[in-house]
Parts: sequence; C-alpha cells; structure tokens
Amino acid sequence: MGRNRTTVKLLCAPRRRALVLGAATAAGVLLLTSCGTDDNSGLPGAVDFTSDAVECGPEGTALASGSTAQANAMEVWVNMYQTNCENGQVNYKATGSGAGIQEFLQGTTAFGGSDSLLSEAELDQSRRVCRDGGEAIHLPMVAGPVAIGYNVPGVDDLVLDAETLAKIFDSQINRWDDPAIEALNPDAELPDMAITPFSRSDGSGTTDNFTSYLHAAAPDAWPYTPDKVWRGKGGQSADGSSGLVGMVQQNAGAISYFELSYAHQNAIDTVSLDTGADEPVAATVENASQGVSAGRVVGEGDDLAMELDYTTSDAGAYPIVLIAYEIICDRGNNPATLDLTRAFLGFTASEEGQEVVTDIHYAAIPEEVITQVRERVQEMS
Amino acid sequence: MPAIQTDSSPPGGGLEPEPRRTSAVRPGDRIFSGLSKGAGITLLVIMAAIAVFLSIRAAVAIEANDGNFLTTFEWDANASPPYFGIAVLLFGTVVSSVIAMVLAVPVAVGIALFISHYAPRRVAGILGYVVDLLAAVPSIIYGLWGALFLVPQMTGLYSWLDQFLGWTGVFAYDNTPARSLMTVGILLAIMILPIITSVTREIFKQTPKAHEEAALALGATRWEVIRMTVLPFGRSGVISASMLGLGRALGETMAVATVLSPAFLINISLLESGGGTFAQNIASQFKEAGSMGRDALIASGLVLFLLTLLVNGAARLIIARRKEFTS
Repeated sequence: MGRNRTTVKLLCAPRRRALVLGAATAAGVLLLTSCGTDDNSGLPGAVDFTSDAVECGPEGTALASGSTAQANAMEVWVNMYQTNCENGQVNYKATGSGAGIQEFLQGTTAFGGSDSLLSEAELDQSRRVCRDGGEAIHLPMVAGPVAIGYNVPGVDDLVLDAETLAKIFDSQINRWDDPAIEALNPDAELPDMAITPFSRSDGSGTTDNFTSYLHAAAPDAWPYTPDKVWRGKGGQSADGSSGLVGMVQQNAGAISYFELSYAHQNAIDTVSLDTGADEPVAATVENASQGVSAGRVVGEGDDLAMELDYTTSDAGAYPIVLIAYEIICDRGNNPATLDLTRAFLGFTASEEGQEVVTDIHYAAIPEEVITQVRERVQEMS
Repeated sequence: MPAIQTDSSPPGGGLEPEPRRTSAVRPGDRIFSGLSKGAGITLLVIMAAIAVFLSIRAAVAIEANDGNFLTTFEWDANASPPYFGIAVLLFGTVVSSVIAMVLAVPVAVGIALFISHYAPRRVAGILGYVVDLLAAVPSIIYGLWGALFLVPQMTGLYSWLDQFLGWTGVFAYDNTPARSLMTVGILLAIMILPIITSVTREIFKQTPKAHEEAALALGATRWEVIRMTVLPFGRSGVISASMLGLGRALGETMAVATVLSPAFLINISLLESGGGTFAQNIASQFKEAGSMGRDALIASGLVLFLLTLLVNGAARLIIARRKEFTS
C-alpha cells in the first residue's frame, strides 16, 4: 500500500520537545513512560501522514494536554496536520485527563483532552476562562474500545456476560472451570485453574469506563459506584495498561482490561460479550462504533457530552467503549490560537481524520454525532 | 570526656585547627567563608521551603478530608468530599524498608569486611568497583528486573515458607503472583546494598592500624581482631551508612510501583499482594488527580518527609550516644 515504516520514529519527537520544556521531574517521568507505552501500544508504521484533506489554519502553535487514552490518535492527527501544514504546530501532552482539565481551566492550553465529563464545579470555573460569556463544551472526537484480555491456555474464544465478568473481577468466581463460565462456553475446554483478575493501580478513565459498564449491566453483582479508582475485592493490580498487558502475558489464568490496541499489539485473546444480542459481540473497532451509536447525546445547548447505553442488546454493539472528548469553549476561546484550533479539530473530525485512527484500533464517532461535532468546531469563536 | 583525644575518634573529629599564622583576613578567605556559609544557608532555606510548601498544601486536603487521615484504609481523594488515609501507606513503607534493612545490613557489613580485611588486594579492588557500579543502576532497571525476573522466582521460596511457617499468618501464601511487600523488601535490599557497603567499607578501612596490630600482638585471631577493633570503631559509621540506605528504601518509587501489586489494605501476611508505599502511591495516583487529589498526595508526601526526618534524627541520636562510649 506504499505506506512507510520510518515514520514511527517521528512519533516521539514532539514529546521529546515537551520533555525538555517540562520543568517538573514528575511530569518528565510521566512523559517518558507514556512515550514508551505508545510505542508498545501499537502505532503500526502503517500510517501515511500525507493527505489532501487537511485544511491548514494560520501559523502558530497550539498547546493542548490531557487524556492518555487518545494520545495515540492525537499523535497521528498531529503528525498528519504538521506534515501538511508546515507552519502550524499542535503540541498535545498526554498528561492524563485530570491534568488536562486543570490546564485548560487555567487557560494555558487551547483545548483539553478528557475521558470523563467536567464536574459542575469545573464547568463553573470554565466560565472564568471562556470570554464573552462562553463555557466549556465536550466534543466527542474518538472512541476507544476497552477489551477484556485473558490468558487461559487452550481457550481462544471465550464468551462472558456482564454478571460473570463482575463476579470474576470481584473474586466471587475464582476458577476457570466454574459452572457459570462453562454455561456460557459449552464447547470450550476450560482448565481447572485459578483466575487472577488484574486491575489498574493508578487512577484511570479505563477503570471508570469498565466499572461503569459492570455497574450498569450487572448492578447486583457489581454494587460499587463506578470510579477511576478500582473498588473490586481481591485480585491484583498493576500500573498502566502496559503493566496489565505484562501481567496477562506472564501469568496463566490472568484476566484484565485495557484498550483494544494493547490487546492487538501483544496478541492477547479478548473476551466476546454476551450482551443479549443473537451473537456474542467481539471487541472490534466496528462493533465499538456500533456501541457508541447506541448511546445518545445528553449535553445541553452546544454541549455534546454523551451517555453510553451499557445495557444495549443491539446486534454487533460492543458496549464497553471509552469516549475521548476534546474540551473547548463554545464562545470566547483564546483568540491567539482560535483559528489554528479550529483548523486542527476540523481535520480530526473530518471523514479522513476519523478514518485514519481506525488503523490503530480506535473507533470512529458515529456519523450523526460527528456531523454535530463538525458544526461546533466551525462555530467556535 | 577524656582529656587527651586519641586517634580512635571517627575521621574529621580528631583534627584540631592549626593556629593562624597571620591575623590579617585575606580576601580569598572572606570569599570562601562567604561561599560556604551561603551553601549552608541555601540548604536550610530549601528544606524550609519544602516543609512550608508541603504543609500549606497538605493542610487544605486534611481539612477537607472526610475520613481520618491517620486511620482510614482508603484513598478516594478525588471524590467530593475526599476520603483518604495514610494507614496503609505508612505500614507498607515501614514494613518494606524494615525487611530491606534486615536483609541488607548484615550482608553489606559482610561484604565490606571481606573487601577491607579478607580479600587479596586485587580482588578487593575489583569487588569494590562492582559494588559501586551496582549503586549506579537506575531504579527503574531494578524495577523491571524485579517484575520480570525476581517475582516469578519468588513463588517457590514463598510456597516453601508457607509450608513451614504458614501457621504464623505472617508467611501465609496463596500462590498468586508474588508481587508483595516481601518481594519489594527483597528488591529494596538489593538496591540499598551498594550504598551501605561502600560507606562501611571506607569506615572499616580507617580502623587505626595500631589497634589492629595491638590485638594481633595479644594473640587474637583475625575474627577476634575484627570483633575487638574494626567493628567497635566502625559502629557509628555502619549506622550512618544504614540510614543512607534506609533513606533510599523509604523514598523508592519506580521500582516499588513496578513490582508491587498495590491495594488499599493491610495484609497480615507479608507474602500476599496488596499494600502500598507513600512514594509509589504518589506516582500511581498523580496522573488522574484533580486539585484536591494532588493536595492529598502532597499531604502523604509530608508524612514521608516527617518520617525520614524522624528516622535520621533517631540515627543521629544513636551515633551521638555511641561516641561517648567508644573513646
């Protein structure tokens, strides 16, 4: 397909620049590690950065920061934008959603990336940053399927439902040959082996999303309030998605959750979900887009905050999807970076922008929502 | 205090300044004294600034905290109201460091004695170099080695411990991956070994030859020489060296975060996963922390700061006491 491999090297370069600028040692460590995990999580060298669809904005540099979940997509977008628009620089630092929101609310970034919605207090705060009586709005830009990876020798097509998953991750089911699992997998040869569920030890939007699913789809088996912090009982934990991947690879009997790209990159088997649809739903990019379609926009006015339907039983709708938002002001963005931001986000929301990230295991935002995103981006002032 | 200073006092203490030859103060003297005074004051100012910063930010979080800062077994600092406590972190930090000290100090003293008194000169040189090299390995490398190599290797040992000592509860083991405080303690022991070894080695080397020869002349064996002269002479040095090591163990971050399977609970068993340390928890929670979450992490950092001060103070006290006895 004429796509070149050497581009991978480019991908870390903006980060390295950010590293030199970054004053805090802690932030430096985070950047270093996130750069490392990105390589691991699979930007295949298969992305061609040249494009005809990019409409360049003015010269300048736009700073942005936030969610690590969309960092890989951002890297592709930024590289594509900068390859085609020589004078426009976008610098996205994957500092985590919390830090991204903080920095946006302090007015230091042109837009913030977040996996979670702003709280009421943060929305109030945004009215101070956004001029002309504007306030922060959420733009769903890309979706990341959260896969449930496992390591059970001899079993490569596991099907589980929400209740069984909840019980496994809460240590109520702790053998692989448990009758509940056997009932869902009549053809599989399940070994007599202990289950070790692994969760994130650091606060994470992925955890928030996964537990939201468990809580919504199996409220009896998962009574804990969804949160970025893991609340299940028992099991073990590890730092970051790459840490969880390592644990699943190392330990037979392990099960854990991470972004789909991590599973693909490391050839880890993923669970298909019995959602009540006719067929179990596999964790794929297409099914995740279907899953987002089952949700609806709940934001008021210009806001496009979404609510997923975790209990959906639509055919081929994979419900555990993390929606990554960009946060901007509807009115009163910083005039210095306004046009550049509009051009860049216009590209990320464009057909090509949405298409290109499916190569690296992100799901596109469904048509009916992304058209609204495009409108908001054009209207932003 | 004895009237005559013997040369057995630790280095630095025995040198009386020579009387000044000229009374005129030269500009060089003045500049140098100014510079060194400045360096000393800078250190104090930095320490004070850290303490003030930690205290101010910590006070915000502790005031808002819905749980008990000292006894709550949970870390939910981003919730409103925040609910967190340091009990688990304090326990994990102290226990893993104590394990590290128990394992590392005897071995380090052994290596130091071997290098300074037993090994042929050439072997001693090489060994000393290798030990110093160990100290230069970055902690994340230790972490990766620990997670990928040490953890799988520990399963056998832990099963054996469980078989014979499992009844105590402290050594109970459930055959899950060995990512526990014990493994962290063992890894920390390896990490602090070179620091303690280098410092004690230098101290042991400075044992006055006259003392050793006197002991030999009395018919003492080599072990008796070491017991009668080298160890008493080096005791305060060994304590200072251990404190340096303990400081590193208390504050170690990446290696712990890579090896441990953190969970906010206190396990009676040292071999089962769970627990956490101050530094590890800060590293894990920082990324997704909101402003309150950060202040809560800073509050836990303040406790670590105080813990380190306390430990160092205690060590100073022990050394001061020892000095009176040894001369």
